[in-house]
Amino acid sequence: MHEWALAESIVLAAVEAAQKEKLTKITEIVVRIGELQQIEKEIFLFALHELAQSQPIKIKNNAFQLKTEKSTLQCKTCGQSWKFSDMKKKLKSTESESIHFIPEVVFVHARCPHCGSPDFEITKGRGVVLSSIKGVR
Amino acid sequence: MEPRTSVIGKRLKNIKRIIAVASGKGGVGKSLIASSLALHLARNGYRVGLLDLDLYGPSSHIILGASDIVPTEEKGIVPPTVHGISFMSIVFFTEEKPSPFRGADISNIILELLAITQWGALDFLIIDMPPGIGDETLDVIRYIKNSEFLVVTTPSKVAMGAVGKLLKILIELKKPLLGVIENMTMKSSSFIEEEVKRVNVRYLGKIRFDETLEDAIGKPDRLTKTNVMKNLTEILQHIAL
Repeated sequence: MHEWALAESIVLAAVEAAQKEKLTKITEIVVRIGELQQIEKEIFLFALHELAQSQPIKIKNNAFQLKTEKSTLQCKTCGQSWKFSDMKKKLKSTESESIHFIPEVVFVHARCPHCGSPDFEITKGRGVVLSSIKGVR
Repeated sequence: MEPRTSVIGKRLKNIKRIIAVASGKGGVGKSLIASSLALHLARNGYRVGLLDLDLYGPSSHIILGASDIVPTEEKGIVPPTVHGISFMSIVFFTEEKPSPFRGADISNIILELLAITQWGALDFLIIDMPPGIGDETLDVIRYIKNSEFLVVTTPSKVAMGAVGKLLKILIELKKPLLGVIENMTMKSSSFIEEEVKRVNVRYLGKIRFDETLEDAIGKPDRLTKTNVMKNLTEILQHIAL
C-alpha cells in the first residue's frame, strides 16, 4: 500500500490548490500516472476515495480521473529513445519493485538497450502528477 | 503540479527534532558521527530515526552493520529498525550497485523518500548528509524547514576551506546551527576552533583519531565502546543531546 502515500500527496495538493483558489467543492481532479512508477491503479483509486472523505473541502464522488502516461527514456550518450515497457521484462522483480518505489533507481538497475550507457534520462512518464483540478466557488 | 511537497510536512510532523549532520567536505566522518549520534540517542531511550541521504555513497548501513533488513509497506514505506533506530537509506532500492544520478534525479529521490517514508512519532531524526552544498543540502533546507545542522570537519585546512563555505551559506539562510565538531584530530591545534569562532559559530570540541575504530565498523556494540563514542558523548553534552 505504498500507493496510499502517493494518493495522500495528490489529495493534499488538490485541497491546498482549491483553498488557494477559494473553492468550496472540488468536482474534478486529473492525475497523470507515469508508467515508470507502476502504480496499482485500483489500490491507488481506492486510497484517493478514502482520503477524499476526510478533507476540509468537499470532493465530489468520482472526481478522480486517472490518465496513464507512457514513459520515454532517452540516452544522453547515443541519443536513442525507448519505453520502460520495452525493458521491463529484462529486470528482476526486486529491481522492478525498487523502481516502483523510487523511479530514479531505473538508472541503477537498467542501461540503454542500444549502447549500454547508464547515462540516460526520463523524459516522460516518471511518476504521479496532479494535472488539473476543477471546482466551484 | 508537484504533489509530493504537500505531504512532507505531514510525514515529519510527529518528529520533535531533525538534525542534519553535514560537512562541506567528504571523508570527514559525517556518516560515523550521524550513526554514532543516532546510536547514542537510541541507547538513552529516545525514539530515533536515521535517514542516509548520501545517495552516491551511502554508508550508514555499513557502520551500523545493517544487513538483511528491508522496509515494509504500510500506507507508504516503514523504515526497518536496526539497533533501536528506524533506518532509511537509498541502499534498500539500489542493492549496493553504483548510482549514476544527475542533479534533478537527486531532488526527485529526496522528494520521493520524504513523501513516502512513514517515520511515525520520533524524538529525533538524524540525517546523514552527503558532502557539499549541492542538491541534497538545498533540498533539506527547502523541504525540512525545522532542520538543525551539526557540522563536521577534520583538522585539515583543506577540509575547513570547504566547511567554511557551508557555514557561511547556513548562516546566510539563517538555519539553526548546533555547532562544529572537529573529527580525527592527531595533534594539538587551535586552528579549527579559531576559524569556527571567527564566523560566530559554536565550536563543540575534538574527536581524537582512533586507530581501533575500523574494527568497530559494522559492530555497533563495539562502536559504542570506542574512544570516538566517548569523545562524541562529551561533545553532545554541551548541546544537551
